[in-house]
Amino acid sequence: MIQAEALTKRYGDTLAVDDLSFEVRPGRVTGFLGPNGSGKSTTMRMIMGLDHPTAGRTMVNGRRYGDLGYPLREVGALLEAKAVHPGRSAYNHLWCLAQTNGIPRTRVDAVLQLVGLEDVARKRAGTFSLGMGQRLGMAAALLGDPGVLLFDEPVNGLDPEGIRWVRNLLRGLAAEGRTVFVSSHLMSEMALTADHLVVIGRGRLIADMPMAEFVAQSSRQFVRVRAPASTDLAGLLQRAGATVVPEADGALAVSGMAAPAIGEAAAAAGLVLHELSPQSASLEEAFMELTADSVEYRGDVPAGAVPDPTR
Amino acid sequence: MPTATAPATVPTVPPATGRLSPAGVLRSEWTKLRSVRSTVWSLLALAVITVGMGALICAATVSRWSSSGPLERLHFDPTGRSLRGIFLAQLAIGVLGILAVTSEYGTGMIRATLAAVPNRPLVLAAKAAVFGAVALVVSEVVTFAAFLVGQSLLTSPVPHATLGQPGVLRAVAGGGLYLAVLGLLALGLGSIIRHTAGAISTFVAILLILPLLLQAFPASVQTALSKFLPLTIAGSMISVQQTADTFSPWAGFGLLCAYTAAILAVAGVLFVRRDA
Repeated sequence: MIQAEALTKRYGDTLAVDDLSFEVRPGRVTGFLGPNGSGKSTTMRMIMGLDHPTAGRTMVNGRRYGDLGYPLREVGALLEAKAVHPGRSAYNHLWCLAQTNGIPRTRVDAVLQLVGLEDVARKRAGTFSLGMGQRLGMAAALLGDPGVLLFDEPVNGLDPEGIRWVRNLLRGLAAEGRTVFVSSHLMSEMALTADHLVVIGRGRLIADMPMAEFVAQSSRQFVRVRAPASTDLAGLLQRAGATVVPEADGALAVSGMAAPAIGEAAAAAGLVLHELSPQSASLEEAFMELTADSVEYRGDVPAGAVPDPTR
Repeated sequence: MPTATAPATVPTVPPATGRLSPAGVLRSEWTKLRSVRSTVWSLLALAVITVGMGALICAATVSRWSSSGPLERLHFDPTGRSLRGIFLAQLAIGVLGILAVTSEYGTGMIRATLAAVPNRPLVLAAKAAVFGAVALVVSEVVTFAAFLVGQSLLTSPVPHATLGQPGVLRAVAGGGLYLAVLGLLALGLGSIIRHTAGAISTFVAILLILPLLLQAFPASVQTALSKFLPLTIAGSMISVQQTADTFSPWAGFGLLCAYTAAILAVAGVLFVRRDA
């Protein structure tokens, strides 16, 4: 369990994190979304006791980070790729962290094996690729077998296989009942991994809700329908109150009417359907919509200053 | 390619009872120091410079002894002569002390360190203790080696010193003490400045540029201030014969320790206050 209470961080005149409150619960993957520079990393560093909040506080398992007996056994974090001395071997990197928290050597070997680095454990970390560095960071996060895990952009620099590996790992950790808090700017990746979302923009909380609800909230919901007699069907549905927009390939984008109702209406009229598929906006579209709103709402941002969340 | 579900089946960590112990943090800092090659290279450089330069200077002394004047012969200090390499070696120990901290900032390792040990005064104290102990042992071994090699090269008619003579043991041991404490001072500077290049520049400025600046002042001011410089303190600590206008070896050493304590105290306060 991670809690942020009225968390605020100010750098000079800039409010990086602004009165942010949320809870990250165990047993599910909580995605942390926000455009670049929205305060995600700063928030994570404050949870880890690395940056001092200007106001408010963060708690892990009901305690402040500095009050944890053996922090690594309760919280593991991957905050930046390759935060490793390039001259030190992967094994020694993990071993010096393990020693501080009374973690045995067998566990160092185990996490190296878990992330697939056992063959290069004695090689200097400076020779590692970005993906291997990311795996070493994962190993460090898992070192104390912690119940709470934070990952900042964990799939950066990974190949597709590595991305899938991280996704499965995160989901597996959550399934074991752990608290998993993961930031990413890759919406498509987050859509596949997260169950719950905490969304921030310019340091403020925009949304804290289940993934499905977040996407459903988006206005871009429609049903795609294909039928041989598409003109007849379009007329039928419009008379029933739906909005029908023909798509380029002959399909119909129907909104204002649910898929079952469309199917029943078509059956009653004896029309054959080739496709009947509810479409929801992608997470990315939902996200853009929501963050754009939040920026407009504030009104102090000149047009065009909205950060691009896909970058 | 590893599979994803393993955390439940791999060896787990014993239940967490109690708290972080200073012993664990000390062991961790020892692992950090010994597991990078730059430590070995810096210490090797320290040894080669101290012993090698001492030997070179002693050999040169022998070869031009016949042309030296009576005053020079009167003030000749064989112990101090064989330890002159320290003036160059202090840069090596300083760089090592600085790197002990700044390499963690440069790589981002500091954030892993502080996530593991949120007690920041403990981290800095453990770093200083481990580095200080290693620096002291190596520096003492190296200065004694420089003394023994240097004295063996000072052949008749040039006088040489033995450890049994008054003040000699103090001067040789003092050389090692000077290097070790100066290394800690550098570690404190590294912790305050956090960038390798900036910290090394500052360290070199304190050691070598400050004496040059002092030369711009009138002689009376130079005399009054020069004894406060680390370089002057080093000269007094490694010499058997003392000159006027310097602190005594132990008073000078006390002053160096005070500088170092002050810098480490500032480093500690900043370390606790600043974001990592």
